[in-house]
Formats: sequence, C-alpha cells, structure tokens
Amino acid sequence: MNASARPPSGASTLASRIPWWLAALVGFGVLAVAGALADDGYRVIFGAVASGFGVTLTVALVSYAFSLALGLLLGMLRVSTFRPAMEAATFYVELVRGLPMLVILYYVAFVGAPALAGILNSLLAPFIARGVIEPFQGRSFDFATRAVLALTLGYAAFISEIFRAGIESVDKGQIEAAHALGFSGAQTMVRVVLPQAVRNVLPALANEFVAIIKDSALVSVLGVQDITQLGKVYAASTFKFFETYNVVAFLYLCMTVSLSLLVRVLERRLKGEVAR
Amino acid sequence: MSAFVEIRDAVKTFGDPARGGVLALDGVSLDVGRGDVVVIIGPSGSGKSTLLRSVNLLERLDSGSIRIGDDLVTARGADLRRIREDAGMVFQAFNLFAHLTVLENVALAPHLVRHVPKAEARQRAASLLERVGLADKLDRRPRQLSGGQQQRAAIARALAMDPKVMLFDEPTSALDPEMIKEVLDVMTALAEEGMTMLVVSHEMGFARAAADHVVFMDQGRIVEQGSPARVFGEPVEERTRDFLRHIL
Ligand SMILES: Nc1ncnc2c1ncn2[C@@H]1O[C@H](COP(=O)(O)OP(=O)(O)OP(=O)(O)O)[C@@H](O)[C@H]1O
Ligand SMILES: [Mg+2]
Repeated sequence: MNASARPPSGASTLASRIPWWLAALVGFGVLAVAGALADDGYRVIFGAVASGFGVTLTVALVSYAFSLALGLLLGMLRVSTFRPAMEAATFYVELVRGLPMLVILYYVAFVGAPALAGILNSLLAPFIARGVIEPFQGRSFDFATRAVLALTLGYAAFISEIFRAGIESVDKGQIEAAHALGFSGAQTMVRVVLPQAVRNVLPALANEFVAIIKDSALVSVLGVQDITQLGKVYAASTFKFFETYNVVAFLYLCMTVSLSLLVRVLERRLKGEVAR
Repeated sequence: MSAFVEIRDAVKTFGDPARGGVLALDGVSLDVGRGDVVVIIGPSGSGKSTLLRSVNLLERLDSGSIRIGDDLVTARGADLRRIREDAGMVFQAFNLFAHLTVLENVALAPHLVRHVPKAEARQRAASLLERVGLADKLDRRPRQLSGGQQQRAAIARALAMDPKVMLFDEPTSALDPEMIKEVLDVMTALAEEGMTMLVVSHEMGFARAAADHVVFMDQGRIVEQGSPARVFGEPVEERTRDFLRHIL
C-alpha cells in the first residue's frame, strides 16, 4: 500500500517501464497514417470506408446502451428470491450464451423480425382495421434495427452475468445491516448493493463495449453499411484486398486500443481508491 | 412492571432436524425490563446470535413469541419495518456501507425509512457521531477508520433510528485489544442513559459494570441466569463453571 509505490528493484530502468506492445502499435499507426497521406490509393480507400465508421459506432453504442439496461434487469432477476423470475432469466441467459452471435443475428433478422411484426399487428389490430396505422411487415424493420436488436439480445445475456457477479460480490453483512435498519428489498438493492456492484464491475462492463464494437462487424452479413461491409464491397470491386483490409483493421484498432487503454486507467484508479 | 422485551419459548431449527439439522434455540424464555442491560454469554454455537437476530426478525422462529413493548414481533404479518425500527442492531463485523461516508452511513436510514428530510437527517447524524467521539471523521469512508471507530459509527447508525432496544452481537470480538475500551465506553454511556440493551459479549468487565442481568446459554437453552455478581461469582451449574473457567 505504501512501499509498493516504488517499483521493484531492477525494474526501474526507463526501458523496462515502456509498454513496448503499445509503442509498437502506435508506431504502426503513425506509419499507416503517414503512408496513407503519401499514397493516393490509400486516401481513396479511406474515403470509401470511413463513412462506415459512424454506422459501426452507432450500432455499437445503441446496442450497448440497450444491453446495459436489459442486462442489469436480467442480472437482478438472476439473484431474485422470486423463483420463477430467477428461473426464467437463467433460462434466457443460458440459451443465448450457448449460441454463436452470428446465429443470433440471423435468427433475429429473418425469424424475429417477421414474428415481431406479427405480434405488433395482433396487438394493434383495432387500429390497423380502422386504417389508423399501416400493418407491419418484416421489412418494416430495416436491417440496422434488426442488427441492433440482435446485438442487444446477445450482449444483454453476457452483461447480465457481469452484473450478477457484481451483485454477488457485495458484502452480505452490509445487506443484513440494511435489512436491520428497515430498508426494503428494493431500497437495499438500489442504495447499498448496486452502487458497490457496479463499481466493482466497471472495467468488465467497459470491456464489453470493446467487444461489441468488434462484434458489430457481424452486421455486415445483413448488408448494413458499417466499416466491414464498405471494405468488403470496395475490395471486391477493386481487388485491393491488402490495402482495403489494412484500412479496415486500422479503423477498428483506433477504437478498440484506445478504449482498452482507458479501461486500464480506470482499473488502476479504482484499485488505488480501494487501497487508500 | 412487566417486561419490556419478552421472549417466550423460542424455538428455531436450521435445516431438516430429521437429517442432522441444528436446534439453535430450544425453548428460550427471557424477560428484559425497560432500561435493563442483559448480557448473554455462552460457548460458540449455543444460539446467542440466533436469539438476538430473532428479536429483529433477521431470523424467524419456528415457534414461540417475542414482544417489544406493545409490538408482537412474531405476529403473522407483523410490520417488518416497524419491528426493525424498534430494535437497532450492532454486528461483530461493523457492516458499515463501504461506498458511503460515515455521515451518510448514519443519515441514510432515517431519510430513506422514516422520510426525515435530508438536511435534518444529516444534522442529527452529525450530533450522534459527535456523541460517539467521531465529530472529526464525518467525511471519511469506513475503510479509512480503525475498527473501533467503525464500530462506534455503526452504533451511531443504529441509534439514528431511535430504537427502543439495542442488540449487540459480539461488538468487540473483531477489535484489537486497544480499541475494545473505546467501544465499551460508548456502550456503557448508552446503558447509563437508560437504553434497553441485549448484549452478546464475553467482556466480563463490561458485564460486571453495566449489566443488570447475565444469561448463560448452552446448546440452545438458557442454563443459568442472574445478577453479574451471582453468575460470575457463585455459578450453580457445572456447565457455567466450566465455561467461566475457560474464558477467564
Ligand atoms: N443460517 C444458518 N444456517 C444453518 N445453521 C445455522 C445458521 N445460523 C446458525 N446456525 C447454527 O445454529 C447454531 C447456533 O448458532 P449461533 O450463531 O446462534 O451461535 P452463537 O452462540 O452465536 O455462536 P458464536 O459464539 O460462534 O457466534 C450453531 O450450531 C450454528 O451452526
Ligand atoms: Mg454468534
């Protein structure tokens, strides 16, 4: 706690303190940018692919936000003392975690969307009959929406496990103290358990965002115009596979490496606070 | 005057008794007068914690009854919140809320449970913390305090709900010797102010000085009880004598 502020002897030389993997990554990044600026071909590829950046980020962000909310709900249900809720949540989580993300994506896109349309139609039948709203069809939901829905359903399951672990990591004695003070179950959860649970799993939650950015590339199979899809189309029409996928990889790395670094900083911060 | 806390034939089993379940309380009856301090002693596993925890419904009895004042704790459908307002609890491991400051720890329950306005709750919390000698630690986190300071904060937190009776479950067992006294001093002061207290503790000095009544438990039963001088000085039961020889 105090002595550990000094690095262990022999490890204090400058060379040993530089994270070489990071230096190498940044070096390649700089080379890539410099090369791209000098090379017209690369500049064209950047132009063709970069517009997918916003789509990738939007799909990832929106799916992440929804899966955080759904994951928190599922995580709380999994530790619920109300047995049917616990069983139902566990069923869902185990089911989804047992499927490849790509299969979930196909399922939601081609089975789920028409089914959802059918459900909405029967729910809103009176309005549709009177012509107030158009009946829904599978294609009422564009593929970006279906992709977000699929990623949300998948990641909610992963994230619920993180929340569950966080909730279970909270000291039982504090929960008992809350009960002894007259807190209701909900008050105990919101005021005592969740603040500590979330704090404990913050780095793990942030890592899920990195993961969802990478998995968002799967939406390209639905034709959603993200980085991967634009790269695929460009490479197929120009046969510049090497250059195109360099650019694609570079764009992903910009997002994921910088986020991973932030997570490390966050982790160190949280640890420091606990030690204090 | 009749008893203020009245425990009648309390029975509590953990697990299935047919398959090696534990009979933690085997028909315990105990009366505590208003303002009395009762110290409960006994070997590990004798049911002391279970008895205490039954008084504020952290455990539910299989049979028997417990009353605090006019409230029948063990009534079917008893108002859980009200029972827990009646009885404040102090734990061996302090159990302060780690993410809150000391002041917030004390102010939270009155605000949340009794809807005391936030500013008022904080003000009262500050004066309670001053009473236990922590006026200069209001904004610290629990982990920044010594064990003794944490336990005093935990006592203030329980007092903030204006309990009619205070339950202490081995409040000094987790403390380094030099911190035991500061906690016992707070408890002694509380006793002198007339608080009704049930204390599980093997601190003989405290029991002699503050207790009106000492109860010796073994295997889920009260084996012997009486004034501290009587139980410690002239124990009648062999098991009591054995136990006292053991801890003295
Ligand atoms: N939640 C529980 N589940 C199962 N058994 C329990 C539980 N709580 C207590 N017991 C058992 O009930 C008996 C009485 O336990 P209790 O904690 O009341 O004893 P105690 O006198 O407080 O002991 P100690 O001095 O070790 O704290 C013990 O045999 C214990 O193992
Ligand atoms: Mg105990």
